[in-house]
Amino acid sequence: MQELDTVGQGSVRVTRKSDKLVILEKDLATEQMVLAMGPQHPSTHGVLKLECLTDGEVITEAIPCLGYLHRCFEKCCENVDYPAIVPYTDRLDYLSGMNSEFAYAMAVEKLLDLEIPRRVEFIRVLVAELNRIASHLVAIGTYGIDLGAFTPFLFCFRDREIILGLLEWASGARMLYNYIWIGGLANDVPTDFSKRVREFVNYFRPKTVELQNLLTGNEIFLKRTYGIGIMPAEVAINYGWSGPMLRGSGVKWDLRRNDPYSIYPELDFNVAVPDGKNSVIGDCLSRHLVRALEMEESLKIIEQCLDKMPSSEGFNSRSAIPKRIRPKAGEVYSRAENPRGELGFYIESDGKSTKPVRCKARSSCFVNLSAMKDLSKGQLIPDLVAIIGSIDIVLGEVDR
Amino acid sequence: MGNSLNAWSEALVGFHLLGLPLGLIILAAIPLVFIALYSLTYGVYGERKISAFMQDRLGPMEVGKWGILQTIADILKLIQKEDILPTSADRFLFVIGPGILFVGSFMAYAVLPFSPAFIGASLNVGLYYAIGIVAIEVVGILAAGWGSNNKWSLYGAVRSVAQIVSYEIPAALALLCGAMMAGTLDMQQINVLQSGSYGFAHFYLFHSPIAWLPFLIYFIASLAEVNRAPFDIPEAESELVAGYFTEYSGMKFAVIFLAEYGSMFMVSAIISVVFLGGWNSPLPNLGSLALNTWTNGPVWGAFWMIMKGFFFIFVQMWLRWTLPRLRVDQLMYLCWKVLTPFAFVSFVLTAIWEIYLP
Amino acid sequence: MEEGKAVSQSVQESAAAYRVIQEQFGAAVSAFDANETMPFFEVVATGRWVEIALFMRDHAKLKFNSMACLTGADYPAENKVGIICNFESLALLGHKVAVKLKCDRTGGSLPSLSCLWHTANWHEREVFDLFGITFTGHPDLRRILCPDDWEGHPLLKDYKVQQSYHGIKVPY
Repeated sequence: MQELDTVGQGSVRVTRKSDKLVILEKDLATEQMVLAMGPQHPSTHGVLKLECLTDGEVITEAIPCLGYLHRCFEKCCENVDYPAIVPYTDRLDYLSGMNSEFAYAMAVEKLLDLEIPRRVEFIRVLVAELNRIASHLVAIGTYGIDLGAFTPFLFCFRDREIILGLLEWASGARMLYNYIWIGGLANDVPTDFSKRVREFVNYFRPKTVELQNLLTGNEIFLKRTYGIGIMPAEVAINYGWSGPMLRGSGVKWDLRRNDPYSIYPELDFNVAVPDGKNSVIGDCLSRHLVRALEMEESLKIIEQCLDKMPSSEGFNSRSAIPKRIRPKAGEVYSRAENPRGELGFYIESDGKSTKPVRCKARSSCFVNLSAMKDLSKGQLIPDLVAIIGSIDIVLGEVDR
Repeated sequence: MGNSLNAWSEALVGFHLLGLPLGLIILAAIPLVFIALYSLTYGVYGERKISAFMQDRLGPMEVGKWGILQTIADILKLIQKEDILPTSADRFLFVIGPGILFVGSFMAYAVLPFSPAFIGASLNVGLYYAIGIVAIEVVGILAAGWGSNNKWSLYGAVRSVAQIVSYEIPAALALLCGAMMAGTLDMQQINVLQSGSYGFAHFYLFHSPIAWLPFLIYFIASLAEVNRAPFDIPEAESELVAGYFTEYSGMKFAVIFLAEYGSMFMVSAIISVVFLGGWNSPLPNLGSLALNTWTNGPVWGAFWMIMKGFFFIFVQMWLRWTLPRLRVDQLMYLCWKVLTPFAFVSFVLTAIWEIYLP
Repeated sequence: MEEGKAVSQSVQESAAAYRVIQEQFGAAVSAFDANETMPFFEVVATGRWVEIALFMRDHAKLKFNSMACLTGADYPAENKVGIICNFESLALLGHKVAVKLKCDRTGGSLPSLSCLWHTANWHEREVFDLFGITFTGHPDLRRILCPDDWEGHPLLKDYKVQQSYHGIKVPY
C-alpha cells in the first residue's frame, strides 16, 4: 500500500490493483468551525462577541471582541465639569453605581486635598456595601442561570429588590444614583433609614445560608464548576486581576485592607479567600464562593456602620462641597474596591479649568476579561459559559 | 358499560369508507390526539404555575381566573404568527423536522392503555413497540437542527441525538425488567396482572425488593429521552439560545412544543403502566370499605391513568426548576458508566427473583 | 510638596524604589516628582523602556509584579502624546510608582510591554486605538473599542469626528 500526500484536506490511502490505483480509505476532513457567540447571546452578560474556533465541542481559542457598548466616557469627561462626571461614572458598572461614584469622588478629593465630614464617610461606606451585596446577588443569580439552575436567580432578585428599594429611598433612583458627590453627598439619608437597613440585615442573613444550600450544596453545580478555568496566583497578578477574581486564586488582596481608604481601617471584617477544601484554588467554584462569602462580610460592615455612625444633628451633606471644583495642577491615580475588582481613576488637571484634562477609568472587568483568550483554550463550550459567568463582567465597564 | 363500549368499537372497526379504515381513525386516533393536546395545554400552564410558586412568584394571572386560559392565548398567538423560513435553510428538512418529531412521540400513544376498555392498538408486543418507536424523534431532531443552517442548531441537534440514542439502552433494559415481572409485553395485559384487592400492593414497584432500581433507572433515562433538565443540554437556553429549534417560529414552534409535552406525558404514562399499575386504583379494600372495587372501572381507569401521568409530569417539572444542567460529557458518563451497568445488574437480579422465587 | 509637611510613607517608599532604578539607568530616567497624589518619573530614553521595565519587575528590591493601569495622554502644548503606567508590588513589597513616556504625535511609537505584563496587552491596544501610538513588538496591535475601520484617533485633542460611517451620518 502506498500513502499519497494530502489530497484536499484529508489524506488518502491507495493500493495498486492490476495497474490501477484504487482508493481504500480517505480521512474525513475535520475543519475547525468558527462560532460567534454574541453580541446577542443569553449568557455573555451583555453585548460581548466571543469568536470561538471550535473543534467539535472543544474550543481551541475564544477571542473576545469589544466595543459594542463603547460610549466615549473618557471623551465626555474632558468636556464637562468635575461634578457633572458623577452620573457618567454611575453608568460604567451600572450594577454597582455607588461604588463607582465613590471611587471617582475619592480621586477628585485627593486632588483637592479635601476633608470629608465623618457622617458622610459612614453613609458612603454603608451605601457602597449595600450596593456590593446587590451586585453579588446579580452575579450569583445569573451564574446559576448560565448553568441551567433557574430558581436561585429569582431568589437573588427578590432580595435585591429590597436593597434597590432602600437605595431608592436614600438617593431617588433604583440603579443610577448620582448620590455620592465630590466632597459630600447629594442629600442625607432619610429618618428611619438605619431601622430599615437593620431589618434588611436580619432578614438577609439566613437567606445567604439558603442560597449556599441551593447552589453550592448542589452536586450538579459543583460538577460544573469544580476545577474549571483554573488561574494560578502569579499569572492572575500578571494579568492585572483584582477583586474576587484575585482572591479566588488565593491571593489575600483587598484594597479595603491593603490600601485602605475612607473609614475602612476602623471597621472589622475578614477578607474572603478560599481555603481549598471545597474547591480547587483558582477555579470557577472558588470565585463563586468568594462572592458568596463577601456578602456576609458586607453585612457585618453595614451593621458596624449603623452602630458607629455619628448622629445627623445639624448635619448638612453638602457642607464640605467647594463652590467651584477647580483642582490645582497635578495628577492622581486612585482606586477603590468595587464588587468586580479594582476601579481606578487617573485624573489629570491643569489647575486652570473646571474640566479635567484627562480622566481615565481603569476598569476591573476590562482587565479581568483580557485573560479570556488563555483561560478558554481547550475548554468545552459549556465550560466556556461557566468561565465567563465566573469572571462576572459588566459590559458597561469593559467598554466604557 | 364496558360491554356496550366494546360493541361500539367492534362496529366502528368494521366501518370503511372508500377503502379507508375511517372507523379506526375515529375510534382511536382522535381521542389520543385530544389527550396529547390537553397534556400540552395543561402541561404548559402547569409548568408556568408550578415554576412560579417554586420561585416565590405567582405566574400567569391575567388571562382567565388564575391565568387558566393562558395557554389558549399562547396557542392562538403562535397560530397567527408569521412562519419564518430562513432563506439559507434546507427547506425540505426544515419543514418536515417538527412533523417527524411530533409523529415519533405521538405514535407511542397508540399502545397506552388508558382504561380497561380503551387502548388505541392492542398489540401483543406493545412495550417493545413503545420503546422502539420513540427513536423516530431522533430523525426529526436531526432534520430540524441540520435544516436550520445554523451552527447553534446543529450543536443542539447533535448533542440531542447522542443523548437520546445513548439513554435508550438503560431505559429499555429497565422496562424489560418490568416485562419480566409481568411475563408479557402486552401493555393491557401488564395492567391486568397488576390488579387485585390490595390496591397498590400489587403494583410491580412493590413486587420485588429490587423493583425500585429499574423504576429509578427508567425515570432518569426518560428525563434524558425527553430532553428535560437536568438533561436539557440540547435546548440549553443559556448556551445555545434555543438549541435545535432556534430558527422556528409560529405554528412549527407550536408543533415542536406539542411534541415535547406530548412525550413528557408519554414517558410518564409508560412508567405508570409498567411500575405503578396503570389504570388500576391504588386504594386497597379495607374490610367493609371496598375502596378498590369502588374506584375501579373503565372511567375510573382513565382517571387513575391520567392522574398518575400528571404526577410524574409534576416531578419532572420539579426537577427542572431545581437542578442545573449537566455538561455533555458528564451526561454521557452518567449514561454509559452509571446507568447502564446498574440496568444490567437490575436485569439480572429481577431475572433471579422471577425464576427462583414465587 | 508643601514646606513643613511631612512626606507620607508611600511617597517615601516610591522614592526609595526610584533611587534603585536611577542607580542602574542614570540618565535614561528623569528626576523623581515626589508629589502626594501620584509620584512618578519619566523615562527619557524610550528605546530602553523594555529593559527598564524588566529591571523593575524582577529586581529583588523592586518586584513590581503588577501593572495597575496604562493610560494614554495627549500633550498638545509639547506636540507629543504619551503613556502613564502605574506599577505596584502587589502582596510583595507594597510600594507603587508611576512612569511616564512621551513620543511624537504623528507616527510616534513606543516599545510594547505585553511580553512582561499581560495587562499591557489590551491597554496598549486601547491606547493605539484612541491615541494612535504604535507599540513595537505587540503581538496583536489592532483597534479594540472603535470598529476596525474607524478613521482617526478619538482621544486626541484635535480630533474631528468623521462625517459618515458606512453611510450613517456621524456628527449629530
